Amino acid sequence: MTGGSGGETDGSGPGGLRREPGDLVDGEWHRLHPATPLLRGGIVLIAILGFVIANFRERFLDWVFAAPELPGDPFQVAYERGQLGWAVVILAVGLVVGVIVFYASWRMHSFRVGDDVVEVRSGILFRTHRRARLDRIQGVAIGRPLFARLFGAARLEISVAGQDAMVQLAYLGSADADRLRREVLTLASGLRATASVSVSAPAPAPAPGASVSSEPLRTGVVDRRMRELLAPELDPSAAPPESVVRIPAGRLIASLVLSGFTVALLIVGAFVVTTSLLGRREFFAILVLPGAAAAIGYYFNRTTKSLRYSIAGTSDGVRVGFGLLSTSNDTLPPGRIHAVEVSQPLLWRPAGWWMIRINRAGAAGEGSAQTSTLMLPVGTVDDVRKVLGLLLPGLAGAETRELVLAGLQARAGEGFVDAPRRAWPLRPFSWRRTGWAETPDAVLIRSGFAWRHLTVVPLARVQSLRVSQGPLLRMLDLVELSVQTVAGPVRATVPVLDRSVGEQAFARWSAEVVAADRADRSHRWAASGAVPDQTPGPADRGASEAGTAPTPNSAPDPGGER
Amino acid sequence: MSAVPPEPGPADAVQNPDAVAPSGPADAPGPAPASSNRLTVDGEWRGVSPKYLGVEIVSSIIGLVVLCGITVPFILLGTWFGWPALVLAFVIGVVTIALAPRRVRSIGYRLRSDDLVFKRGIMFHRVVSVPYGRMQLIDITRGPVSRALGLADLKFVTAAASTGVSIPGLVDAEATRLRDELVSLAESRRVGL
Repeated sequence: MTGGSGGETDGSGPGGLRREPGDLVDGEWHRLHPATPLLRGGIVLIAILGFVIANFRERFLDWVFAAPELPGDPFQVAYERGQLGWAVVILAVGLVVGVIVFYASWRMHSFRVGDDVVEVRSGILFRTHRRARLDRIQGVAIGRPLFARLFGAARLEISVAGQDAMVQLAYLGSADADRLRREVLTLASGLRATASVSVSAPAPAPAPGASVSSEPLRTGVVDRRMRELLAPELDPSAAPPESVVRIPAGRLIASLVLSGFTVALLIVGAFVVTTSLLGRREFFAILVLPGAAAAIGYYFNRTTKSLRYSIAGTSDGVRVGFGLLSTSNDTLPPGRIHAVEVSQPLLWRPAGWWMIRINRAGAAGEGSAQTSTLMLPVGTVDDVRKVLGLLLPGLAGAETRELVLAGLQARAGEGFVDAPRRAWPLRPFSWRRTGWAETPDAVLIRSGFAWRHLTVVPLARVQSLRVSQGPLLRMLDLVELSVQTVAGPVRATVPVLDRSVGEQAFARWSAEVVAADRADRSHRWAASGAVPDQTPGPADRGASEAGTAPTPNSAPDPGGER
Repeated sequence: MSAVPPEPGPADAVQNPDAVAPSGPADAPGPAPASSNRLTVDGEWRGVSPKYLGVEIVSSIIGLVVLCGITVPFILLGTWFGWPALVLAFVIGVVTIALAPRRVRSIGYRLRSDDLVFKRGIMFHRVVSVPYGRMQLIDITRGPVSRALGLADLKFVTAAASTGVSIPGLVDAEATRLRDELVSLAESRRVGL
């Protein structure tokens, strides 16, 4: 009953349906979108359908044009042997069994969101029951593959730290997914959503709505699908516009063209052309066509994935959305970022572009791991300032951001303690730029002469510190200091620094890390007193911090008024 | 002990005192510094069991045999570098065995009030500090030689794969006691991820 209503209202409700917002997080078991089996097995289904249709079309054409009959066509064979009836029976039985299995798997797949945990039960023969604590949430992602978008469905992934530790709800209605994400985040934030539930509990009975909806529904569905397809990835009401960064398509394409991949491509291309001019034509034939196809595929893939990239600060953390055909967005609650790296490949330097990557625990899904750690594919210094302003709050203050921006392009100094001159044999070009800086809440590490890097690690997210020294470093009276965080693309290591400075920094930071851990409250980020400088977000953010007990006014966040 | 930092910074103020159970024997703090360039972190280090030397020597001997074994085919084939390679392998192996006592002495750990500090290595020396609250789990493992000597290795695992704090050569009872102590310390200082 509960699940049925969840699915049906999504499939058939009028646009902008108003249901009581608490109904997915009421601690009861709910089912997924009824089209789930169809969406999950989507490609297989399309393949089978395609096969059947292709066969029928051939037959149809044969009939119409009286073409000679082709041997090997299963329908033809069955027809000739007089077994068409059996074939139809087998097909029908297969279909029925398939439908029953799909239906059963849908019936048995349910989820429940309580105050502290989210649970999923699934499987027909082998039952699994997975339960995750809400205050351990590392991120909430909503994915909308192209096929699912056509059905108005979406996949919700709640990731927690750990290998394959993810609660996946595939698929939900698109609007349901958005609402569930908001409510899960609200619950996880420590801010009780009771107010919003009680306010809208005396909602009008659903029955009249359902009966009325049957007529305008017919025109509504297509219209609504179109609107959903064209809608911006980020709901305009969910974030203040000044905290949104977008990337022009032209810049994105240019940045891909100016990537290391292009350089490699040009080198390989030059090699192939020279060898073929020298008379070894076979290389040409073997490499060019597949190579060109692969390169075009790569560019197309990267472009469509990164197009419409947007990042914005919402009241429950940073939201990153991307994708042209298959879209997805990812919400990172405050304090879930373990390291931030701003970097610039050599080719981007004339344009002044930078990219930002992060380390996070429990990146959702293997396929999306690359994109989910990329916070800014390409952007100007101004974009870097904005994105850092979104990522750092809750971990590090404005001082850190200014230090990052100052140190980003400097050749040396600018608040950073650089490696001593005697480090030049190890870092002939970059020793001047290799250095570190510290603020009360973070450690900053800068390096790179050709490929510039600047890494920020919030002290409250440091897992361990390591200072080490090999024979070469010992000869030069240097040490290596590394700040270890959860695994990810960002490595925070000062490869060379003065020994005594390094020893002191090690002692100082190890004490500061402990102090920062103790002060850290971001696992319940909106609970009273946590996260002093939060996103430049809506006004309710201020209200929730000010009062120890959240007032009813502060509980529904901006999206709740839709 | 040695290597007074030339520029006294604000670091001195925050040096953690050894508040938690400095019960173990304060082992000699590593080999005497060959030069003033050596990385040193002050404090009273607890060493590992002297019996761990046996494990080190056995593994060094195995390494020696393997290294020499690799060169044997070349000698049988009569290549010119066969014998020099064997000599080289033998010398490397003997030096490794000779340095085993120093290697064992270089291993040390400290339980400070809020974090565990671990150090090891002579040529490649490293010091790691891990706040107790970062503990995800603790492993105790025993290899065949360790078991014969009544020793155990204790591994402190955090969310960062690269932390790699593994204290070898603890007496069995000591390893168990240390594990329980670390777990209770971690429990009292629990923090988020």
